[in-house]
Amino acid sequence: MIVRFFHQMGSPRYFYNVAGKMIPWFAISFLLTLIAGIYYGLFVAPPDYQQGESYRIMYIHVPAAWMSMFIYMVMAAAGLISLVWRIKITEITIISSASVGASFTFLALVTGSLWGKPMWGTWWVWDARLTSELLLLFLYLGIIALYSAIEDKRVAARAISILALVGVVNIPIIHYSVEWWNTLHQTSSVTMTGKQAMSTSMLIPLLLMAISFKLYYGAVVLMRARAEVLERDRNTRWVRELVEGEMK
Amino acid sequence: MSTLSLTSAFTLLLKRDLLLAYRRRAELVNPLLFFVLVTAMFPLGIGNDPKLIQAVGPGVIWVAALLAALLSLDTMFRSDFDDGTLEQFMLSAHPISVLVLAKILAHWMITGLPLFIAAPLLAMMLNVPTDAIPTLMLTLVLGTPVLSLIGSVGVALTVGLRRGGVILSLLVLPLYVPVLIFATDAVKTSIVGIPTSAQISILAAMLVGSLVLAPLATAASLRISLS
Repeated sequence: MIVRFFHQMGSPRYFYNVAGKMIPWFAISFLLTLIAGIYYGLFVAPPDYQQGESYRIMYIHVPAAWMSMFIYMVMAAAGLISLVWRIKITEITIISSASVGASFTFLALVTGSLWGKPMWGTWWVWDARLTSELLLLFLYLGIIALYSAIEDKRVAARAISILALVGVVNIPIIHYSVEWWNTLHQTSSVTMTGKQAMSTSMLIPLLLMAISFKLYYGAVVLMRARAEVLERDRNTRWVRELVEGEMK
Repeated sequence: MSTLSLTSAFTLLLKRDLLLAYRRRAELVNPLLFFVLVTAMFPLGIGNDPKLIQAVGPGVIWVAALLAALLSLDTMFRSDFDDGTLEQFMLSAHPISVLVLAKILAHWMITGLPLFIAAPLLAMMLNVPTDAIPTLMLTLVLGTPVLSLIGSVGVALTVGLRRGGVILSLLVLPLYVPVLIFATDAVKTSIVGIPTSAQISILAAMLVGSLVLAPLATAASLRISLS
């Protein structure tokens, strides 16, 4: 049954309908987790013993930084799948994700510098983590630029698949930069295994925000993918029927 | 019809590209001139304080090498794309990745090698201490092939575009940064007198990794650009 679901998801028409039903669920659960996360983060979680209240920007900054890498990994995986199996939907996933990823990367950089000014006394340092995150932004922009430069969108999608795969070398550099280089940026406080360096009351809102950002990405990428599917399949019958149905 | 072994196809292609470059000597000199000019601009721009120039020297040489490599990248597949030779490569029985590697090697011998030879002179002009020059040379000999290899992927992706130049730099420069960081770090540490084996090993690893992976990515990109 699952196999059949994946086969059907490869069809643009089926994808369009299923995505349309999924978007409200993503959007509602995004709003709920966002409100809960902001409430716990800003009102319930205790102030930090070192940084006082200003650490709370972390609830935007850290999930945004996670998203910047997560989305890139999604794009690289989708790129591999589209190069091997030439599935239209994964091709669309890559380009629909690119601008969302770029905006999360930008958000992480901006909130980071806003946090850095009171904590480190500077907006920007050429620290390993900051520099590699900036490079990630340029990788996203390069992917968007290459996609828009190639006329044939199926060819463009394959070209950016390769680019996404080549650029994936940057992800481990970002991830381990705080461990490899002892620079200004603090090391990661959240780990999958072992003892947490953060108290639970601070960790829960952070995870809520992380889930909320992921749901947001899910909703937005589905919306963008739906639009892209329509544009690519504009000459097919199902799109014509759909549009005629809307017109009535 | 005679069949050509892969090794002879590789050497033939390499010889052809070198001969073509030799016939267009004026173009051959341009990246080198650019390299020297950019390096000479920095002391003019930032003032002639010898200590300051020494501090920025390794970085300046490497950034100039990066830009010179970028400038020359477009020629790697351009003329072959324009006259249809590239399509003939696609039709040949040999793996494209190996043929591409011959072209990348030719590109490095035409652009990377002259930079490597000119570097000691520029290093002297930028007050880089004599003890650090061997390290600079080592980073260049390990790093500039990586520039050609990574660049070939970018060129292959943009060769079909009419205005690929700006996009090429957007695609390739972010991927060049790790090379720049480790190479300049190696030279700076060697100026202070600390062993640089860690950075050199990482550069060597980058060279090996890109030597294995870049031709494959380039071949796949060329197939897309020509489809």
